[in-house]
Amino acid sequence: MQTEIKFAGFGGQGILLSAKLLAYAAMKQGSFVAWVPSYGPEMRGGTAYCTVVISDKLIGSPIIKNPTHLVAMNRPSLEKFVDDVKPGGIVFINKSLIPGGSDRTDIIKLEVPINEIAIKAGSVRAANIVALASFAAKSKLVDLDLLKDCIKGEFAAKAKIIPLNMKAFDEGVNFANNN
Amino acid sequence: MAKVLMKGNEAIAEAAIRAGCLNYFAYPITPQSEVAEYLVKRLPEEGGVFLQGESEVAVGYMIFGAAGAGERVMTTSSSPGISLMSEAISYIAAAQCPAVFVNIVRGGPGLGGILPSQGDYFQATKGGGHGDYHLLVAPDGVQEAVEMTMQAFTLAEKYRGPVMILGDGLIGQMMEPVEFPDNLKTEPSNKDDWATNGMDTRKSKKRNLVKSLFLDPTELNNNNLALKAKYDQMKREEIQFEAYNTDGDYKVLITSFGTMSRVCRTAIDLLKEEGIEVAMLRPKTVFPFPEQAVFDAATKKSCKSVISIEMNMGQMVEDVERCVKGQRPVEFYGECGGDIPSPEKIIEIIKKMI
Repeated sequence: MQTEIKFAGFGGQGILLSAKLLAYAAMKQGSFVAWVPSYGPEMRGGTAYCTVVISDKLIGSPIIKNPTHLVAMNRPSLEKFVDDVKPGGIVFINKSLIPGGSDRTDIIKLEVPINEIAIKAGSVRAANIVALASFAAKSKLVDLDLLKDCIKGEFAAKAKIIPLNMKAFDEGVNFANNN
Repeated sequence: MAKVLMKGNEAIAEAAIRAGCLNYFAYPITPQSEVAEYLVKRLPEEGGVFLQGESEVAVGYMIFGAAGAGERVMTTSSSPGISLMSEAISYIAAAQCPAVFVNIVRGGPGLGGILPSQGDYFQATKGGGHGDYHLLVAPDGVQEAVEMTMQAFTLAEKYRGPVMILGDGLIGQMMEPVEFPDNLKTEPSNKDDWATNGMDTRKSKKRNLVKSLFLDPTELNNNNLALKAKYDQMKREEIQFEAYNTDGDYKVLITSFGTMSRVCRTAIDLLKEEGIEVAMLRPKTVFPFPEQAVFDAATKKSCKSVISIEMNMGQMVEDVERCVKGQRPVEFYGECGGDIPSPEKIIEIIKKMI
Protein backbone atom coordinates (compact mmCIF):
# COMPACT_ATOMS: atom_id res chain seq x y z
CA MET A 1 0.00 0.00 0.00
CA GLN A 2 1.46 3.32 -1.08
CA THR A 3 0.01 6.79 -0.57
CA GLU A 4 1.28 9.94 -2.21
CA ILE A 5 0.42 13.44 -1.06
CA LYS A 6 1.20 16.55 -3.03
CA PHE A 7 1.52 19.78 -1.04
CA ALA A 8 1.33 22.94 -3.15
CA GLY A 9 1.08 26.67 -2.62
CA PHE A 10 3.05 29.91 -2.63
CA GLY A 11 6.61 29.94 -1.35
CA GLY A 12 6.35 30.98 2.31
CA GLN A 13 3.07 29.17 3.08
CA GLY A 14 4.91 26.44 4.94
CA ILE A 15 4.42 23.81 2.23
CA LEU A 16 7.80 22.13 2.61
CA LEU A 17 7.60 22.12 6.41
CA SER A 18 4.05 20.71 6.56
CA ALA A 19 5.07 17.97 4.15
CA LYS A 20 8.20 17.22 6.16
CA LEU A 21 6.21 16.93 9.41
CA LEU A 22 3.80 14.46 7.82
CA ALA A 23 6.70 12.42 6.43
CA TYR A 24 8.42 12.49 9.79
CA ALA A 25 5.35 11.20 11.63
CA ALA A 26 4.86 8.46 9.04
CA MET A 27 8.50 7.43 9.42
CA LYS A 28 8.09 7.25 13.21
CA GLN A 29 5.07 5.05 12.60
CA GLY A 30 7.34 2.60 10.80
CA SER A 31 6.53 3.39 7.17
CA PHE A 32 8.96 3.93 4.33
CA VAL A 33 8.84 7.59 3.33
CA ALA A 34 10.31 9.96 0.77
CA TRP A 35 10.00 13.76 0.67
CA VAL A 36 10.60 15.10 -2.79
CA PRO A 37 10.72 18.88 -3.25
CA SER A 38 10.49 20.89 -6.42
CA TYR A 39 13.64 22.89 -6.51
CA GLY A 40 13.35 24.37 -9.97
CA PRO A 41 13.09 28.05 -10.86
CA GLU A 42 9.36 27.83 -10.05
CA MET A 43 10.25 28.33 -6.41
CA ARG A 44 11.08 31.95 -7.03
CA GLY A 45 7.71 33.65 -6.76
CA GLY A 46 5.51 30.96 -8.28
CA THR A 47 3.99 27.79 -6.94
CA ALA A 48 6.10 25.76 -4.52
CA TYR A 49 5.26 22.12 -4.26
CA CYS A 50 6.54 18.93 -2.83
CA THR A 51 5.45 15.32 -2.64
CA VAL A 52 5.45 12.93 0.27
CA VAL A 53 5.38 9.21 -0.45
CA ILE A 54 4.35 6.88 2.36
CA SER A 55 4.57 3.14 1.78
CA ASP A 56 4.66 -0.17 3.61
CA LYS A 57 7.46 -1.35 1.33
CA LEU A 58 10.65 0.08 -0.15
CA ILE A 59 9.74 3.10 -2.29
CA GLY A 60 10.58 2.69 -5.94
CA SER A 61 10.02 5.73 -8.10
CA PRO A 62 9.78 8.85 -5.94
CA ILE A 63 8.54 10.83 -8.95
CA ILE A 64 4.74 10.88 -8.75
CA LYS A 65 2.50 12.13 -11.55
CA ASN A 66 -0.85 11.18 -10.05
CA PRO A 67 -0.89 11.59 -6.27
CA THR A 68 -3.45 9.96 -3.98
CA HIS A 69 -4.21 13.27 -2.23
CA LEU A 70 -3.58 16.98 -2.77
CA VAL A 71 -3.16 19.80 -0.27
CA ALA A 72 -3.73 23.01 -2.25
CA MET A 73 -2.88 26.20 -0.40
CA ASN A 74 -3.61 28.63 -3.23
CA ARG A 75 -5.68 28.86 -6.37
CA PRO A 76 -2.91 28.34 -8.99
CA SER A 77 -1.90 25.17 -7.17
CA LEU A 78 -5.42 23.80 -7.13
CA GLU A 79 -5.93 24.58 -10.81
CA LYS A 80 -2.58 23.10 -11.77
CA PHE A 81 -2.79 19.83 -9.84
CA VAL A 82 -6.43 18.96 -9.08
CA ASP A 83 -6.92 16.94 -12.26
CA ASP A 84 -3.87 14.81 -11.43
CA VAL A 85 -5.38 13.47 -8.19
CA LYS A 86 -6.50 9.84 -8.33
CA PRO A 87 -10.27 9.29 -8.05
CA GLY A 88 -11.36 8.91 -4.44
CA GLY A 89 -8.51 11.03 -3.14
CA ILE A 90 -8.79 13.89 -0.69
CA VAL A 91 -8.32 17.37 -2.09
CA PHE A 92 -7.65 19.84 0.68
CA ILE A 93 -8.66 23.35 -0.35
CA ASN A 94 -7.51 26.44 1.52
CA LYS A 95 -10.93 28.15 1.63
CA SER A 96 -9.38 31.40 2.88
CA LEU A 97 -7.66 31.95 -0.46
CA ILE A 98 -9.58 29.75 -2.90
CA PRO A 99 -13.23 30.77 -3.29
CA GLY A 100 -14.19 28.59 -6.25
CA GLY A 101 -13.19 25.06 -5.29
CA SER A 102 -13.19 22.29 -7.87
CA ASP A 103 -15.78 20.83 -10.26
CA ARG A 104 -14.58 17.26 -9.79
CA THR A 105 -17.14 14.98 -8.21
CA ASP A 106 -14.99 11.87 -7.84
CA ILE A 107 -12.83 13.26 -5.08
CA ILE A 108 -13.34 14.06 -1.41
CA LYS A 109 -13.20 17.82 -0.98
CA LEU A 110 -11.98 19.18 2.32
CA GLU A 111 -12.50 22.93 2.31
CA VAL A 112 -11.02 24.66 5.36
CA PRO A 113 -10.85 28.41 6.10
CA ILE A 114 -7.38 28.05 7.61
CA ASN A 115 -6.62 31.75 8.06
CA GLU A 116 -9.79 32.39 10.03
CA ILE A 117 -9.22 29.32 12.20
CA ALA A 118 -5.59 30.26 12.80
CA ILE A 119 -6.50 33.85 13.73
CA LYS A 120 -9.06 32.50 16.19
CA ALA A 121 -6.38 30.24 17.65
CA GLY A 122 -4.03 33.18 18.12
CA SER A 123 -2.13 34.01 14.93
CA VAL A 124 -2.49 33.68 11.18
CA ARG A 125 1.06 32.34 11.15
CA ALA A 126 -0.21 28.97 12.35
CA ALA A 127 -2.40 28.57 9.24
CA ASN A 128 -0.17 25.86 7.79
CA ILE A 129 -0.53 23.82 10.99
CA VAL A 130 -4.34 24.16 10.75
CA ALA A 131 -4.10 22.84 7.20
CA LEU A 132 -1.81 19.96 8.15
CA ALA A 133 -3.99 19.01 11.13
CA SER A 134 -7.26 18.99 9.24
CA PHE A 135 -5.75 17.03 6.35
CA ALA A 136 -4.19 14.53 8.76
CA ALA A 137 -7.49 14.12 10.61
CA LYS A 138 -9.42 13.52 7.40
CA SER A 139 -6.88 11.23 5.75
CA LYS A 140 -6.02 9.24 8.89
CA LEU A 141 -2.56 8.60 7.44
CA VAL A 142 -0.73 9.10 10.71
CA ASP A 143 -1.49 9.03 14.40
CA LEU A 144 -2.47 12.58 15.40
CA ASP A 145 -0.65 12.53 18.73
CA LEU A 146 2.50 11.37 17.00
CA LEU A 147 2.16 14.21 14.49
CA LYS A 148 1.74 16.67 17.37
CA ASP A 149 4.95 15.34 18.91
CA CYS A 150 6.74 15.91 15.61
CA ILE A 151 5.49 19.51 15.52
CA LYS A 152 6.70 20.06 19.09
CA GLY A 153 10.08 18.61 18.11
CA GLU A 154 10.30 20.88 15.08
CA PHE A 155 9.59 23.98 17.16
CA ALA A 156 11.73 22.88 20.12
CA ALA A 157 14.08 25.83 19.66
CA LYS A 158 11.12 28.27 19.66
CA ALA A 159 9.20 26.78 22.59
CA LYS A 160 6.95 29.78 23.12
CA ILE A 161 5.13 29.26 19.83
CA ILE A 162 4.33 25.62 20.63
CA PRO A 163 1.06 26.34 22.56
CA LEU A 164 -0.23 28.44 19.63
CA ASN A 165 0.54 25.65 17.19
CA MET A 166 -1.02 23.02 19.42
CA LYS A 167 -4.21 25.07 19.66
CA ALA A 168 -4.20 25.62 15.90
CA PHE A 169 -3.68 21.88 15.44
CA ASP A 170 -6.65 20.96 17.65
CA GLU A 171 -8.89 23.51 15.91
CA GLY A 172 -7.86 22.11 12.53
CA VAL A 173 -8.71 18.57 13.65
CA ASN A 174 -12.08 19.72 15.05
CA PHE A 175 -13.00 21.44 11.82
CA ALA A 176 -12.19 18.36 9.75
CA ASN A 177 -14.14 16.09 12.07
CA ASN A 178 -17.23 18.32 12.01
CA ASN A 179 -17.36 19.13 8.29
CA MET B 1 21.16 4.59 15.91
CA ALA B 2 17.58 5.62 15.20
CA LYS B 3 16.52 6.62 11.74
CA VAL B 4 16.44 10.30 10.93
CA LEU B 5 14.76 12.07 8.03
CA MET B 6 17.37 13.94 6.02
CA LYS B 7 18.00 15.47 2.63
CA GLY B 8 20.56 13.52 0.62
CA ASN B 9 22.95 16.47 0.62
CA GLU B 10 22.83 16.81 4.39
CA ALA B 11 23.12 13.06 4.84
CA ILE B 12 26.25 12.95 2.65
CA ALA B 13 27.74 15.77 4.74
CA GLU B 14 27.03 13.99 8.02
CA ALA B 15 28.32 10.70 6.60
CA ALA B 16 31.64 12.36 5.74
CA ILE B 17 32.05 13.61 9.30
CA ARG B 18 31.18 10.19 10.70
CA ALA B 19 33.75 8.64 8.37
CA GLY B 20 36.38 10.85 9.98
CA CYS B 21 36.68 13.50 7.27
CA LEU B 22 37.47 16.84 8.90
CA ASN B 23 38.54 18.75 5.80
CA TYR B 24 35.99 20.03 3.33
CA PHE B 25 36.68 22.59 0.63
CA ALA B 26 34.01 23.64 -1.83
CA TYR B 27 32.46 26.23 -4.07
CA PRO B 28 28.65 26.53 -4.03
CA ILE B 29 26.53 25.26 -6.91
CA THR B 30 22.92 24.05 -7.15
CA PRO B 31 21.75 21.32 -6.49
CA GLN B 32 24.32 20.43 -3.83
CA SER B 33 24.81 23.66 -1.84
CA GLU B 34 23.19 22.15 1.28
CA VAL B 35 26.34 20.04 1.78
CA ALA B 36 28.39 23.18 2.39
CA GLU B 37 25.58 24.79 4.37
CA TYR B 38 25.52 21.78 6.67
CA LEU B 39 29.27 21.40 7.02
CA VAL B 40 29.94 25.07 7.71
CA LYS B 41 27.93 24.52 10.89
CA ARG B 42 29.04 20.99 11.76
CA LEU B 43 32.76 20.92 10.96
CA PRO B 44 33.85 23.55 13.52
CA GLU B 45 31.97 21.54 16.17
CA GLU B 46 34.18 18.57 15.31
CA GLY B 47 37.40 20.57 15.11
CA GLY B 48 37.40 20.39 11.32
CA VAL B 49 37.98 22.89 8.54
CA PHE B 50 35.56 24.26 5.97
CA LEU B 51 36.98 26.60 3.41
CA GLN B 52 35.14 28.06 0.43
CA GLY B 53 37.52 28.35 -2.50
CA GLU B 54 37.48 31.22 -4.96
CA SER B 55 36.55 28.77 -7.72
CA GLU B 56 36.27 25.05 -8.34
CA VAL B 57 39.74 25.10 -9.91
CA ALA B 58 41.16 26.39 -6.61
CA VAL B 59 39.09 23.88 -4.63
CA GLY B 60 40.50 21.02 -6.70
CA TYR B 61 44.03 21.97 -5.69
CA MET B 62 43.06 22.55 -2.04
CA ILE B 63 41.89 18.95 -2.09
CA PHE B 64 45.18 17.89 -3.70
CA GLY B 65 47.14 19.74 -1.02
CA ALA B 66 45.24 18.27 1.91
CA ALA B 67 45.26 14.77 0.40
CA GLY B 68 48.99 15.00 -0.29
CA ALA B 69 49.51 15.95 3.35
CA GLY B 70 47.72 12.76 4.34
CA GLU B 71 44.44 14.28 5.55
CA ARG B 72 40.99 12.81 4.92
CA VAL B 73 39.40 15.31 2.58
CA MET B 74 36.25 15.72 0.51
CA THR B 75 34.61 18.16 -1.83
CA THR B 76 31.16 18.20 -3.35
CA SER B 77 30.05 19.91 -6.51
CA SER B 78 27.76 19.54 -9.48
CA SER B 79 28.51 18.95 -13.13
CA PRO B 80 30.07 22.26 -14.35
CA GLY B 81 32.03 22.50 -11.10
CA ILE B 82 33.36 18.96 -11.50
CA SER B 83 34.51 19.86 -15.02
CA LEU B 84 36.57 22.69 -13.56
CA MET B 85 38.04 20.33 -10.95
CA SER B 86 38.88 17.66 -13.49
CA GLU B 87 42.41 18.93 -14.03
CA ALA B 88 43.18 18.59 -10.31
CA ILE B 89 41.49 15.17 -10.19
CA SER B 90 43.84 13.98 -12.92
CA TYR B 91 46.83 15.31 -10.93
CA ILE B 92 45.55 13.65 -7.75
CA ALA B 93 45.19 10.32 -9.57
CA ALA B 94 48.71 10.64 -10.99
CA ALA B 95 50.21 11.58 -7.62
CA GLN B 96 48.27 8.71 -5.99
CA CYS B 97 46.54 10.67 -3.23
CA PRO B 98 43.27 9.56 -1.56
CA ALA B 99 40.39 12.03 -1.88
CA VAL B 100 36.60 11.88 -2.16
CA PHE B 101 34.63 13.83 -4.76
CA VAL B 102 30.85 13.96 -4.78
CA ASN B 103 29.11 14.93 -8.00
CA ILE B 104 25.41 15.72 -7.52
CA VAL B 105 24.82 15.70 -11.25
CA ARG B 106 22.63 18.31 -12.95
CA GLY B 107 21.61 18.70 -16.56
CA GLY B 108 24.26 19.58 -19.13
CA PRO B 109 26.16 20.20 -21.35
CA GLY B 110 27.29 23.71 -20.51
CA LEU B 111 25.47 25.35 -17.64
CA GLY B 112 22.55 23.13 -18.63
CA GLY B 113 19.95 23.24 -15.85
CA ILE B 114 19.66 22.53 -12.15
CA LEU B 115 17.42 19.47 -12.27
CA PRO B 116 18.58 15.84 -11.87
CA SER B 117 20.52 14.17 -14.67
CA GLN B 118 22.93 11.31 -15.30
CA GLY B 119 24.76 13.12 -18.06
CA ASP B 120 28.15 12.85 -16.35
CA TYR B 121 28.48 9.07 -16.62
CA PHE B 122 31.12 9.29 -19.34
CA GLN B 123 33.06 11.92 -17.41
CA ALA B 124 33.01 9.94 -14.16
CA THR B 125 33.79 6.50 -15.54
CA LYS B 126 36.16 7.31 -18.37
CA GLY B 127 38.33 9.84 -16.60
CA GLY B 128 37.01 13.29 -17.41
CA GLY B 129 40.39 14.92 -17.20
CA HIS B 130 43.50 13.94 -19.14
CA GLY B 131 45.48 10.73 -18.91
CA ASP B 132 44.80 7.13 -17.94
CA TYR B 133 42.70 7.07 -14.80
CA HIS B 134 39.27 6.15 -13.49
CA LEU B 135 36.86 6.92 -10.65
CA LEU B 136 33.96 5.00 -9.16
CA VAL B 137 30.55 4.48 -7.49
CA ALA B 138 26.80 5.45 -7.89
CA PRO B 139 24.10 5.43 -5.16
CA ASP B 140 20.32 4.92 -5.69
CA GLY B 141 18.99 6.83 -2.70
CA VAL B 142 19.81 8.72 0.45
CA GLN B 143 20.69 5.67 2.58
CA GLU B 144 22.99 4.27 -0.09
CA ALA B 145 24.57 7.72 -0.55
CA VAL B 146 25.43 7.70 3.16
CA GLU B 147 26.93 4.22 3.05
CA MET B 148 28.87 4.87 -0.14
CA THR B 149 30.23 8.17 1.17
CA MET B 150 31.49 6.44 4.30
CA GLN B 151 33.00 3.59 2.26
CA ALA B 152 34.54 6.05 -0.21
CA PHE B 153 37.15 7.21 2.28
CA THR B 154 38.22 3.63 2.96
CA LEU B 155 38.40 2.89 -0.78
CA ALA B 156 40.31 6.10 -1.50
CA GLU B 157 42.93 5.13 1.07
CA LYS B 158 43.05 1.49 0.05
CA TYR B 159 43.84 2.50 -3.53
CA ARG B 160 45.44 5.86 -2.80
CA GLY B 161 43.41 7.68 -5.39
CA PRO B 162 40.31 9.78 -6.03
CA VAL B 163 36.91 8.16 -5.51
CA MET B 164 33.77 9.79 -6.83
CA ILE B 165 30.19 9.47 -5.62
CA LEU B 166 28.05 9.92 -8.73
CA GLY B 167 24.69 11.15 -7.46
CA ASP B 168 22.08 13.33 -9.08
CA GLY B 169 19.99 16.31 -8.12
CA LEU B 170 17.13 14.16 -6.86
CA ILE B 171 19.32 12.18 -4.46
CA GLY B 172 20.72 15.47 -3.19
CA GLN B 173 17.37 17.17 -2.69
CA MET B 174 15.10 14.32 -1.60
CA MET B 175 14.55 13.53 2.09
CA GLU B 176 14.49 9.90 3.15
CA PRO B 177 15.01 8.12 6.46
CA VAL B 178 18.67 7.30 7.04
CA GLU B 179 20.85 5.49 9.51
CA PHE B 180 24.57 6.08 9.87
CA PRO B 181 26.19 2.67 10.26
CA ASP B 182 29.03 2.93 12.78
CA ASN B 183 30.75 -0.11 11.35
CA LEU B 184 31.55 1.75 8.12
CA LYS B 185 33.86 4.11 9.93
CA THR B 186 37.51 3.16 9.56
CA GLU B 187 40.62 4.53 11.17
CA PRO B 188 42.75 6.57 8.76
CA SER B 189 45.48 4.43 7.19
CA ASN B 190 49.15 4.98 7.91
CA LYS B 191 50.38 7.47 5.33
CA ASP B 192 53.97 7.83 6.54
CA ASP B 193 55.42 6.07 3.50
CA TRP B 194 54.20 8.57 0.95
CA ALA B 195 52.41 11.64 2.38
CA THR B 196 54.00 15.00 3.10
CA ASN B 197 52.56 14.78 6.59
CA GLY B 198 55.47 16.38 8.45
CA MET B 199 58.83 14.90 9.51
CA ASP B 200 58.03 15.51 13.19
CA THR B 201 55.05 13.20 13.32
CA ARG B 202 56.48 10.18 11.58
CA LYS B 203 59.37 7.92 12.46
CA SER B 204 60.87 7.65 8.97
CA LYS B 205 63.78 9.91 8.09
CA LYS B 206 62.93 9.68 4.40
CA ARG B 207 61.45 12.80 2.79
CA ASN B 208 58.27 12.12 0.84
CA LEU B 209 57.54 13.76 -2.48
CA VAL B 210 54.01 14.06 -3.90
CA LYS B 211 54.13 14.78 -7.63
CA SER B 212 52.48 14.12 -10.96
CA LEU B 213 55.37 15.16 -13.24
CA PHE B 214 57.51 12.30 -14.52
CA LEU B 215 59.83 13.53 -17.28
CA ASP B 216 61.69 10.26 -17.57
CA PRO B 217 59.64 8.07 -19.93
CA THR B 218 60.38 4.87 -18.03
CA GLU B 219 59.39 6.49 -14.75
CA LEU B 220 56.10 7.76 -16.26
CA ASN B 221 55.39 4.38 -17.81
CA ASN B 222 56.01 2.74 -14.44
CA ASN B 223 53.64 5.18 -12.74
CA ASN B 224 50.95 4.34 -15.29
CA LEU B 225 51.60 0.64 -14.79
CA ALA B 226 51.17 1.15 -11.05
CA LEU B 227 47.84 2.93 -11.67
CA LYS B 228 46.74 0.18 -14.06
CA ALA B 229 47.56 -2.45 -11.47
CA LYS B 230 45.28 -0.62 -9.02
CA TYR B 231 42.43 -0.41 -11.52
CA ASP B 232 42.84 -4.12 -12.27
CA GLN B 233 42.69 -4.85 -8.55
CA MET B 234 39.51 -2.74 -8.26
CA LYS B 235 37.98 -4.82 -11.06
CA ARG B 236 38.75 -7.97 -9.05
CA GLU B 237 37.72 -6.72 -5.61
CA GLU B 238 35.35 -3.76 -5.68
CA ILE B 239 32.56 -4.51 -8.15
CA GLN B 240 29.13 -3.99 -6.58
CA PHE B 241 25.78 -4.45 -8.27
CA GLU B 242 22.17 -5.30 -7.53
CA ALA B 243 20.29 -7.96 -9.47
CA TYR B 244 16.52 -7.38 -9.30
CA ASN B 245 13.93 -10.00 -10.21
CA THR B 246 16.57 -12.08 -12.02
CA ASP B 247 15.38 -15.45 -10.67
CA GLY B 248 12.45 -15.89 -13.03
CA ASP B 249 12.26 -16.42 -16.79
CA TYR B 250 12.47 -12.79 -17.83
CA LYS B 251 12.35 -11.80 -21.48
CA VAL B 252 13.89 -8.36 -21.07
CA LEU B 253 16.80 -7.20 -18.97
CA ILE B 254 16.92 -3.54 -17.93
CA THR B 255 20.20 -1.92 -17.00
CA SER B 256 20.08 1.35 -15.10
CA PHE B 257 21.78 3.05 -12.19
CA GLY B 258 21.12 5.61 -9.46
CA THR B 259 17.72 7.34 -9.26
CA MET B 260 16.68 5.86 -12.61
CA SER B 261 16.90 2.33 -11.21
CA ARG B 262 14.23 3.11 -8.60
CA VAL B 263 11.79 4.12 -11.32
CA CYS B 264 12.66 0.93 -13.23
CA ARG B 265 12.04 -1.13 -10.08
CA THR B 266 8.50 0.29 -9.85
CA ALA B 267 7.93 -0.49 -13.54
CA ILE B 268 9.18 -4.07 -13.04
CA ASP B 269 6.84 -4.56 -10.06
CA LEU B 270 3.85 -3.25 -12.05
CA LEU B 271 4.71 -5.46 -15.04
CA LYS B 272 4.98 -8.47 -12.74
CA GLU B 273 1.38 -7.87 -11.60
CA GLU B 274 0.40 -8.21 -15.29
CA GLY B 275 2.38 -11.43 -15.54
CA ILE B 276 5.29 -9.94 -17.51
CA GLU B 277 8.70 -10.84 -16.14
CA VAL B 278 11.42 -8.24 -16.52
CA ALA B 279 14.72 -8.17 -14.64
CA MET B 280 17.18 -5.41 -13.81
CA LEU B 281 20.91 -5.31 -13.36
CA ARG B 282 21.96 -2.17 -11.50
CA PRO B 283 25.65 -1.34 -11.23
CA LYS B 284 26.38 0.24 -7.86
CA THR B 285 29.95 0.77 -8.97
CA VAL B 286 29.86 2.27 -12.46
CA PHE B 287 33.61 1.84 -12.48
CA PRO B 288 34.67 -0.90 -12.03
CA PHE B 289 31.71 -2.02 -14.15
CA PRO B 290 30.00 -5.36 -13.36
CA GLU B 291 30.98 -6.79 -16.75
CA GLN B 292 30.48 -10.49 -16.05
CA ALA B 293 27.18 -9.94 -14.19
CA VAL B 294 25.74 -7.95 -17.10
CA PHE B 295 26.86 -10.60 -19.59
CA ASP B 296 25.43 -13.44 -17.49
CA ALA B 297 22.09 -11.71 -16.89
CA ALA B 298 21.75 -10.68 -20.56
CA THR B 299 22.57 -14.12 -21.94
CA LYS B 300 20.20 -16.08 -19.71
CA LYS B 301 18.21 -18.38 -21.99
CA SER B 302 14.83 -16.68 -21.46
CA CYS B 303 16.25 -13.18 -22.05
CA LYS B 304 15.65 -11.95 -25.60
CA SER B 305 16.89 -8.36 -25.36
CA VAL B 306 18.47 -5.73 -23.15
CA ILE B 307 17.57 -2.09 -22.66
CA SER B 308 19.60 0.53 -20.85
CA ILE B 309 17.40 3.24 -19.33
CA GLU B 310 19.19 6.41 -18.25
CA MET B 311 18.67 10.09 -17.47
CA ASN B 312 20.90 11.08 -20.38
CA MET B 313 21.15 10.53 -24.13
CA GLY B 314 22.91 7.15 -23.94
CA GLN B 315 26.11 6.74 -21.97
CA MET B 316 26.15 3.62 -19.80
CA VAL B 317 24.57 1.79 -22.74
CA GLU B 318 28.02 1.76 -24.36
CA ASP B 319 29.41 -0.21 -21.42
CA VAL B 320 26.40 -2.52 -21.55
CA GLU B 321 26.92 -3.17 -25.27
CA ARG B 322 30.58 -3.86 -24.61
CA CYS B 323 29.68 -6.43 -21.94
CA VAL B 324 26.88 -8.14 -23.87
CA LYS B 325 29.36 -8.71 -26.71
CA GLY B 326 26.69 -8.82 -29.40
CA GLN B 327 24.91 -11.83 -27.86
CA ARG B 328 21.62 -9.92 -27.49
CA PRO B 329 20.25 -6.72 -29.03
CA VAL B 330 20.85 -3.76 -26.73
CA GLU B 331 18.38 -0.88 -26.89
CA PHE B 332 18.37 2.47 -25.14
CA TYR B 333 15.83 4.87 -23.71
CA GLY B 334 16.65 8.11 -21.97
CA GLU B 335 15.34 11.52 -21.06
CA CYS B 336 17.32 14.43 -19.73
CA GLY B 337 17.12 18.03 -18.78
CA GLY B 338 15.34 17.19 -15.55
CA ASP B 339 12.61 15.00 -16.98
CA ILE B 340 12.86 11.51 -15.56
CA PRO B 341 11.27 8.65 -17.52
CA SER B 342 8.10 7.59 -15.66
CA PRO B 343 7.21 4.00 -14.74
CA GLU B 344 4.31 4.23 -17.24
CA LYS B 345 6.67 5.23 -20.05
CA ILE B 346 9.06 2.39 -19.20
CA ILE B 347 6.17 -0.10 -19.18
CA GLU B 348 5.04 1.14 -22.60
CA ILE B 349 8.56 0.70 -24.01
CA ILE B 350 9.04 -2.76 -22.50
CA LYS B 351 5.69 -3.94 -23.88
CA LYS B 352 6.78 -2.91 -27.35
CA MET B 353 9.94 -4.98 -26.95
CA ILE B 354 8.16 -8.27 -26.16
